[in-house]
Amino acid sequence: MKISKEEVEHVAKLARLEITEAEKEVFSKQLSDILTFMDKLKTLNTEGVEPTATVLEQTNVFREDKSRASLPVEKALANAPESEAGHFRVPKILEER
Amino acid sequence: MSLHKLTLRELQDKFTKGEVTAREIVSAYTLRINQVEPKVKAYITRAHESAMAQAETLDQKLKAWRRTMPLMGMPLAIKDNICTEGVLTTCASRILGTFVPPYDATVIARLRGRSYLLLGKSNLDEFAMGSSTENSAFGPSRNPWNLGCIPGGSSGGSAAAVAADECVAALGSDTGGSIRQPAACCGVVGLKPTYGRVSRFGLVAFASSLDQIGPITKDVADAAILLNVIAGHDPLDSTSADLPVPDYTRALKKKDVKKLKIGVPKEYFAEGLDPEVERAVLDAIEELKKLGGEIKDVALPTTDAAIATYYLIATAEASSNLARYDGVKYGLRSKQTKDLLEMYIKTRQEGFGPEVKRRIMLGTYALSAGYYEAYYGKAQAVRTLIRHDFEAAFREVDLIVTPVMPTPAFKLGEKIQDPLQMYLSDIYTISVNLAGIPAISVPCGFSKAGLPIGLQILGRPFEEETALRGAHAYEQATNWRMKRPTIR
Repeated sequence: MKISKEEVEHVAKLARLEITEAEKEVFSKQLSDILTFMDKLKTLNTEGVEPTATVLEQTNVFREDKSRASLPVEKALANAPESEAGHFRVPKILEER
Repeated sequence: MSLHKLTLRELQDKFTKGEVTAREIVSAYTLRINQVEPKVKAYITRAHESAMAQAETLDQKLKAWRRTMPLMGMPLAIKDNICTEGVLTTCASRILGTFVPPYDATVIARLRGRSYLLLGKSNLDEFAMGSSTENSAFGPSRNPWNLGCIPGGSSGGSAAAVAADECVAALGSDTGGSIRQPAACCGVVGLKPTYGRVSRFGLVAFASSLDQIGPITKDVADAAILLNVIAGHDPLDSTSADLPVPDYTRALKKKDVKKLKIGVPKEYFAEGLDPEVERAVLDAIEELKKLGGEIKDVALPTTDAAIATYYLIATAEASSNLARYDGVKYGLRSKQTKDLLEMYIKTRQEGFGPEVKRRIMLGTYALSAGYYEAYYGKAQAVRTLIRHDFEAAFREVDLIVTPVMPTPAFKLGEKIQDPLQMYLSDIYTISVNLAGIPAISVPCGFSKAGLPIGLQILGRPFEEETALRGAHAYEQATNWRMKRPTIR
């Protein structure tokens, strides 16, 4: 599978990564090599084979619907780059009109 | 004898008898770390002062009433992707370079309950993505047997710290071999438990369906002692198994493998296996036969597809898990960005290293519209075939033995420019994670160049005891563990 520079740009956008021109070249080649290697999976017959998402046999795990102690606000915010009035602060999302 | 040379069991014994205080232990290890750490670079963060404070408190408490438990007063290194309340936990990434967890991982809470001593947080490949620690944002660790070689990865700092006597034992995490492979590279013991055996709560997620925490130790008995403390059900991790935990040290009483059927998969002795590694592993199999094991050939026909399967599933899960690093809640935030989207993008650009970006890209691609079925869906189906291989093999045998790594530790820099070559070095360890079974790496010899070689012993799900018994019997019948590295 050949991954073009345009596809690298598209995937980077989906992944919220900024890629430099030099990185585009490198990733295009490396991802092409890796995905070509992965194409060997296509030779295996998996018709009717159930996919494995987890090796565990259990399905849902429930707990009692009771309130429990949680992290205090100041502890939860302690690592935030910016916080204000008990909230995480982020740059403006909406434009002013 | 210097304290730092003792095994966990020996040091525990001295501490229990009151022959050594916790303060003396911390002092001895601080001295040792000061000596060799500039060369080995096993730690990202050292916690000497808090360890000394904990030691003083512990010694005081024991003065009043001397009652000890396993792990009490024992100086450990913890891989820096396991959350330690109040102690920096970076995942060897710039994006978490300032992160101080507000809570303990469950394994840490259990160790704290035993009054263990945290010596420091050990180095890893960024977010545990790598096989050499060269992907650490803070620089690679070195192999204590040869400082020009990799210590393995991703738990390379933990393995190097144990091998260099910079801690008595360590915790690592294993997503595709990250405990076993560095243990093999550094000539120590590494155990990846069954998926669900040990709580993942507080382990910074890489690939949630594959990750598992486990011990890296100087010998097999030490691994059993440490596993006893960290194993067990945890309501905070819905994937942790609600099953009883046996006393793993009891598995060590039998010093043989009589009545055990031991499988050898021919697919693991194919092209690409270094002749010195092959020789050492075949000799080990011969030794297991002498110890009473019945050696049988088994087939694991899907082995050839394991690397492709693993690197699709692990990267897909990683691309989702690492979406949380957006500069909002913790860690790095890029400065002076005009809006939220730009902040996300710039933060991730500045915060992640090349391998992490590559894996996020690969995983995002595998999950993206139009490719999901061809890549991620296909890999999940092949994962089922790999599980079936092991189920069939374990109907015939009790244990499976293989090499850990195709070669001894390679040189720093040798594979860093070629990610696919680096991935291929994981061939013998990744299937175990895809199948969710336990496996242990134990030293089985040295290359002519003096680098350690590891033997891998795989067991059925939740049968760590059998794998430990096999590894212990082999270890006790050989003398590899007596040889220690001279750091120069």
